Amino acid sequence: MATKLVGRNYTTPDLKAKVTGRAKYAEDFRVDGMLFAKLLLSQRPHARVTRIDMDDALAMPGVKAILTEQDLPAVVEGANLGEGIIASTLSERGLTNEPMYVGEPILAVAAVDELTATEAIEKIHIEYEALPFVTDPLESLRPGSPNARTQGNVWVRPAATPPQPGQPPAPPPQPKVQEWKWTDADFAAAGPDKLPLGKTPDEWTYGDVDAAMANADLVLDETFVGANTSHQPLETRSAMAYWLNGKLYMHCSTQSTMRTIGAVARWVGVEPKDVVIISEYTGGGFGSKGSGAVFYVIPALLSKKANAPVMMRVTRDDEQFIGRARPAFHSRIKAGFRKDGKLLALDGLVIVDNGPYDPVSDSRSGGDHISLANQPEAMRWRMLTVLTNTPPRGAQRAPGGMQGNGLMSPLLAKAARTLGIDEVQIHRINAPEGRASFGPPNAQGRRPFATSAFVKQAIDKGAELFKWEERKARSGRREGTTVRGVGMALSTYSAGSLGFDGLVIIKPDGRLQIQSGIGNLGTESVFDCHRVAAEILDIPWEKVDIVFGNTSKHVPNTCGQGGSQTTHAMTRAAHAAGMAAKQNLQKLAAHVLGGKPESYDVANERVFQKGGGRGMSLADAAKKAIELGGAFDGHELPKTISAFTRTSATNLAGLGLMGVARDEYGREGSSKSYVAGFAEVEVDVETGAYRVLDYLAVADVGTVIHPRNLAAQVNGGVMLGLGHAIGQHWVYDKHYGAPVTRRFYQTKPPTLLDAPRLQAVALDIPDPQTPVGARGVGEAPVGAGFGAVVNAIAAAVGDNVFRRAPVTADVILEALEAGRPMKDALTANI
Amino acid sequence: MATIHDVMPMFALYQPESVADALRLLDRFGTSAWTMAGGMDTFDWLKDRTKRTEAVVELSNIAELQGIRQTGGGLEIGAMTTLTRVETHPLVKERFRLLSEAAGLVASPQIRHQGTLGGNITQDARCWYYRSGWPCYRAGGNICYADTPTAINREHAILNADRCVAVSPSDTAPALIALDATMVIRSASGERTVPARDYFIGPGVDITRLTVIRPGELLTAIRIPDVWAGADFYFEKVRDRQAWDFPLVNVASAIRLAGNTIQSARIVVGAVAATPLRLDRVEAFIAGKPRTAQTAEAAGRMAIEGAMALAHNGYKIPLMRNLVMRAIRGTAPATT
Repeated sequence: MATKLVGRNYTTPDLKAKVTGRAKYAEDFRVDGMLFAKLLLSQRPHARVTRIDMDDALAMPGVKAILTEQDLPAVVEGANLGEGIIASTLSERGLTNEPMYVGEPILAVAAVDELTATEAIEKIHIEYEALPFVTDPLESLRPGSPNARTQGNVWVRPAATPPQPGQPPAPPPQPKVQEWKWTDADFAAAGPDKLPLGKTPDEWTYGDVDAAMANADLVLDETFVGANTSHQPLETRSAMAYWLNGKLYMHCSTQSTMRTIGAVARWVGVEPKDVVIISEYTGGGFGSKGSGAVFYVIPALLSKKANAPVMMRVTRDDEQFIGRARPAFHSRIKAGFRKDGKLLALDGLVIVDNGPYDPVSDSRSGGDHISLANQPEAMRWRMLTVLTNTPPRGAQRAPGGMQGNGLMSPLLAKAARTLGIDEVQIHRINAPEGRASFGPPNAQGRRPFATSAFVKQAIDKGAELFKWEERKARSGRREGTTVRGVGMALSTYSAGSLGFDGLVIIKPDGRLQIQSGIGNLGTESVFDCHRVAAEILDIPWEKVDIVFGNTSKHVPNTCGQGGSQTTHAMTRAAHAAGMAAKQNLQKLAAHVLGGKPESYDVANERVFQKGGGRGMSLADAAKKAIELGGAFDGHELPKTISAFTRTSATNLAGLGLMGVARDEYGREGSSKSYVAGFAEVEVDVETGAYRVLDYLAVADVGTVIHPRNLAAQVNGGVMLGLGHAIGQHWVYDKHYGAPVTRRFYQTKPPTLLDAPRLQAVALDIPDPQTPVGARGVGEAPVGAGFGAVVNAIAAAVGDNVFRRAPVTADVILEALEAGRPMKDALTANI
Repeated sequence: MATIHDVMPMFALYQPESVADALRLLDRFGTSAWTMAGGMDTFDWLKDRTKRTEAVVELSNIAELQGIRQTGGGLEIGAMTTLTRVETHPLVKERFRLLSEAAGLVASPQIRHQGTLGGNITQDARCWYYRSGWPCYRAGGNICYADTPTAINREHAILNADRCVAVSPSDTAPALIALDATMVIRSASGERTVPARDYFIGPGVDITRLTVIRPGELLTAIRIPDVWAGADFYFEKVRDRQAWDFPLVNVASAIRLAGNTIQSARIVVGAVAATPLRLDRVEAFIAGKPRTAQTAEAAGRMAIEGAMALAHNGYKIPLMRNLVMRAIRGTAPATT
């Protein structure tokens, strides 16, 4: 492929609006007669609402409506709601009469302004019946301990029924909540500092773990506890809704534009065709706004009830509760190494702190990405997803992968030190290569594999650029009261889906109009991906217009902007649409000018006979396409595109020469991206305080589409992981089931002032299983951001200092004083 | 009544242009007046709707509360002078680097541009239970939630606790005590001056306040005498992150040397008790001794005598010991 656009830096079309403040986020919209909504949040960790007295609130001038759980669409257990979603009475609905965490919304008030709505909430009297609660997952596994829900405390997926001969396999059974307790003997066997190894409802295995462990020269048995970390995007999940001609117009903050339609339709109880999503700019999501947020049902139904537009501005305090968080892993890993560092066997157990609602998939993802990054020859992975009365968890940038790769980093570093091997070498000897296998075998007994892995090149390049050997020489050497340490880590994550559609039109003025259903969530993939179509058509970027941010503007079937899918999926779709437009131009030229389509080429804004000869401008070709109609201008459409795209393309037919196509390029393997990270820290041994001085990340993410943006994604992911290492956390008082950390100075996410010197590099080796060569990059860096930093701390002050994250000054100082880790090993949220 | 946070309630806003007008307002509204300096503490309380007020007396229009002036015997800093100004002012940097450094380590650049010196030393406790609106002793109740068997109290007191275990959150307060500063307090009935160390009060004196400021009173200025100008100074703050964050522990020292012998010293530690603690015994112990690692170590050990850890703040004892040691040893901190 030519590279006039792909692989080059450019200024995205939204930049000026963002830096001047002209960009309109959900809460910037105003419409006539708009009301404001405020939420009443539960003060109880688990209770049943027995009575709500709203009379005083409703009597206030300016109060227009109050929405409660009774106003939400009824749940029909087991109903198929589309997009793979099965209705469940256990699912979160946005408002509830049985709050299951402090901060869960119980009702919402719409009033003429926010102050009136707020004062109305203060006039509402609620009576509760207290129910048992628990905020610590391990506590909930103790015999006789409370369960987070009346149904139980653990998500369990019943065994699938084996398929009948000749019949397609039945859909997997829906997970259920049931009571699940470990025994006193389990806890006694573990002692005070190790995670007990009780029974688990879910596990997978490959290879002979026991035999491989028996052959190991070194066996480590490590307990590690991570932190629950809120997403805290700068834009909270605000939304404004109104109804017009039977359609719901939803201005909201979401990662995905097209992929938010179905979710909002499900929550509100309307057909997807009656939902319009407007989201031109989103101030970050990090996984928490994959397809918006369930709470968007509130302005939608309040608007219907009050018969007026309703704006719900979610405050920072609300967001701390309803804004999702990454679940902590409480893990115990037994790992057997050969003396050269090769990981022979891994036997892991993880408890995932799920919160009270729908199960997150972090436990499975954690095991998959450990097995991919570290390639153990045999592995067993046991999982429990435990419910707690704490805010609901959700996917957070590298869900499961971050925690899995993160907990392995200190373990590999410890093995390296114990065996006398270099830390880079132990990562390298265990790194995936080529079509590396990962995870458990499928029903046919085959293990899935990656499309490619050039991880060893990434590690080598990183070690060279970071001057690993030079820095290592001074690592651990004390100068005055400080000691430096270097660490490295490897992380990997899913990086692409396929099968979506692209839709472009060459207009009669010669400009290329590209329809984008991608959300503008800050990653810039909403623009970057489409440069592939412009590249194929050789149209200068100045002549490209991208239509985005509004589903009424006829966008194609698009993947969700989660799971690092987009760059892979939508560069393929852009490639397909660009190629479709090119072929359409060739056919049109042959039809008008004679000859065969393949004798024509497209370049320099013209379609022309190869080797010189007749041709026409793209502007003239567009005019001719409208004249000729049919497949040229979208009046006839390919059968392979989705019904959604068909509707959009039909609405745009006749505006120019259309290129519309589905990505049918196929793929062997799963697309995965990889990041090798290198960090240097300086620790003051008299205070325990430290700074991360330098960080280098080398990304194996396929072809680079937009270098500057790629570096921003890698550095941003590294900073998220670094925050997990240095301080971000929750604190709960488990006696009251209530959080005491609610503000940024308490939850302590990192800021720019905590950033080290950051450097991001990409290998730029194309992925062989996609025509553009590009994979996603959003998630792969996070685990390495965490791992390299904690490993650098261990290199500076020793392995025997921390056994949980974050690793803060008090953890280091107390351990150095005592000569062993002192911070409570197992308790959640301290 | 249901609770809701993060919406500023209604109040009457007064923006007097003179101290006399401000004092008249404070006198008029009495206990229902709320004095606001930079707003960095005020907005938290009011937006959370945990504390309410009828009238906010906002001081930014009062020119006489601004600025740094040279006086006969030292410097006078208007209470409304921003922390950035305190940090960067040439006279402060030249003579009282201790205060300049302390001001520069408060919170974040944005907060230092808005926050004031008077506000920084007068701000309320940051105990997370108290701040979350729990009805504790400090809030007028009869329990300390931070000192129960299940309480999480990593950031709380190791010394001088009396029912309440909240700590003084200020970074500039230890520096001002070490500099023998004086607080100028005015009210409708006149002016009084209070030595910096007496400005701060523990729960034994009044469990609902951190300072001596009473309703109707206004901190107008901080006077710093020349007595410690140009001394050997040391300030260090240990915190979790480099942005908006309060000290886990901080330390300020001023030392006068004759050769290598300590003539006199001030050592003050913050965030270990409800008030910043001036360590008189340690000061007396090191006076006349050589400034050596041995002196510093012995002083550090002496500093923590009587310290009692809660369940989650045991680290504060060695941290305080080491910070006192460093403050005497005097080597610049490598990491903050």
